[in-house]
Amino acid sequence: MNSPWSIKPSYAVLGVLLLLVVFGALRYDGFIGTYNVQSVLRYVSMFAFVSLGMCFVIMTGGIDLSVGSVAAMSSVVAALLSPYGLVPGLAGGLAAGLLVGGLNAFLITRMNILPFIATLATMLAASGTGLLLAGNQSVSVSYDTAFTSLGQGDLLSFMRPEWVDAEGAGVATQALGFILSFPTPAWMALIAFLAGAFVLKHTPFGRHVLAIGGGTDASRLMGLPVDRTIAGVYILSGGCAGLAGVILASQFGAGQPIEGIGWELFAIASVVVGGTLLTGGRGSIGGTLAGALLLGLIYTILNFENGLGWISLSAYWQSVVRGTFLLIVVIIQSKVTKAYKIV
Amino acid sequence: MTSRQVFLQRYGVLSALAVLLIFNFAVTPNFATWQTLNVNLTQVCTIVIVGVGMTLVIATGGIDLSVGSLMAIAGALSPMIFTGSLFPIPNIYVGVALGVIIPVLVAGVFGLFNAWLISNFSVQPIVATLVLFIAGRGLAQVSTNGDLQVFVVPQFQALALGRILGVPAQVWLMLVIVGITAFVLRRTVLGKQILAVGGNEAAARLAGVPTARVKYIVYGFCGLVSGFAGLIVIAMNSAADANLIGVGMELDAIAAVVVGGTLLSGGRATIVGTLLGALVIQLVRYTLLANGVPDAAALIVKAVLIVLAVWLQRQEQP
Repeated sequence: MNSPWSIKPSYAVLGVLLLLVVFGALRYDGFIGTYNVQSVLRYVSMFAFVSLGMCFVIMTGGIDLSVGSVAAMSSVVAALLSPYGLVPGLAGGLAAGLLVGGLNAFLITRMNILPFIATLATMLAASGTGLLLAGNQSVSVSYDTAFTSLGQGDLLSFMRPEWVDAEGAGVATQALGFILSFPTPAWMALIAFLAGAFVLKHTPFGRHVLAIGGGTDASRLMGLPVDRTIAGVYILSGGCAGLAGVILASQFGAGQPIEGIGWELFAIASVVVGGTLLTGGRGSIGGTLAGALLLGLIYTILNFENGLGWISLSAYWQSVVRGTFLLIVVIIQSKVTKAYKIV
Repeated sequence: MTSRQVFLQRYGVLSALAVLLIFNFAVTPNFATWQTLNVNLTQVCTIVIVGVGMTLVIATGGIDLSVGSLMAIAGALSPMIFTGSLFPIPNIYVGVALGVIIPVLVAGVFGLFNAWLISNFSVQPIVATLVLFIAGRGLAQVSTNGDLQVFVVPQFQALALGRILGVPAQVWLMLVIVGITAFVLRRTVLGKQILAVGGNEAAARLAGVPTARVKYIVYGFCGLVSGFAGLIVIAMNSAADANLIGVGMELDAIAAVVVGGTLLSGGRATIVGTLLGALVIQLVRYTLLANGVPDAAALIVKAVLIVLAVWLQRQEQP
């Protein structure tokens, strides 16, 4: 198992991500400026949440297609509850996500329906429920409560002292100011990823997830709680999608029942690009975060490149570039898996 | 398995269809009209055509998420050809002929690309076709710059709007595609090979079935019919919008296949079932809409239908 291949894919994506950041920083003015970093992180954090849940699901060898509509539905629920304050909005959106996750878990473990189809069905159902709750239009959130600070605020900016912006500040000072200006959703995502990585590495649940992905029948014979673990990952994924929906509503000031289309595929792409095997059994939480950032950065780089004026690529190119990225990663993964099998 | 389960398995879709029809004849006003029939058939047409390709793919144990994007590619390419903006065309008939043939073939080639990824690199179908799901629509949007292409070319639009014996041409085309594919699946060696690959790929390979070639054929075919469905969509709308053609089609097609009774794990498939499955889904939606239930609620009913259909399938397996 200690083949050199077993850690490479997630390092590879981290390397590519760093290269892309360095490339962007050298080529474009303002690329690593506070404003750009903030907007990228704010935007990517939603996808990061969805990808985190998806990563756990995929590590068990399953798939969750419902995350996009769950996020959309949760954004509606959160927006409807936002007049009551930040906590009800957050809790409501999260609960809506957990509920659909629980339904997925029931369909998959109790009714023995393939994850692909079960989550396809809940995807339709969640989307329908979201539209019904919202009355077929976007639902404005309340600006009277603190709800919008969840998506639009910068959690630690109050700690950010004036002097970090002073002329001639050192690198360390600048870095500190930089980090303290991270947006709230980015902090939430960061904490969630750290927790996710810890759970995967150091808890029985995490080890069971990987064991089940490696071989469901073998895990069952070993007496691992297979159904409970599988139910757990889908509930987790639903919860993550719910949080993504809360951030969506709070960031854009509205619950959006028709958002989230294609998010599930973006999340799958992030997970795969991050080096998690789709067959399950092996995965990287950090790689998934890097994958989500990488796919998100492609959009930013396209914008900056257009800004330079040398070329003019429409926003449509981003899907072509993303698809190509996925293609390259998938082919490399297939080679790696083959090499791994021979070893 | 009890005899009741056998019955549900075999005639479940058919009985659901019958119940829906009887209910509508009794309750929905103006249901028993020629117009209602045509509206329903027209709306279900592209789903069935794509669903037929999807049925074969699923029969081999695969899945094709790229169908909607391939529809967009074909739909975006075709007007460029028959309006002569890509290259000069001698007359409109040649233009229309090329405008049908080339886009369909291009979509077919993309289908082969899916098969290449799947059989050459042993990439799981869901991921392999995800590549074109993402990049394919991008290609269509890039090639049109995301603009709407509006056209009035009756010779081309006859594909969807023409009528034969009072029934829209696209419905006839759908029936032809369903008929031919059902025949191939049931009565030819290729049909048996497709089911063999889905039943047990390793065993099929050992038994001498050219598994890779079978996959190229089914994914290529799925690409061809998707491209064709894309042309019907633009012919109907008299406009091509790469952002919208075929959005969500992969889910509609998969739902039709599943409700129709094709096994998702491969090895058992029914083309006529897919046709009936698509009709049931369409009719449920129509029934709800005609009786004042909002479209969003119809989505939930569709979800229940899918779960129910698959759950019935599962009852059969030990």
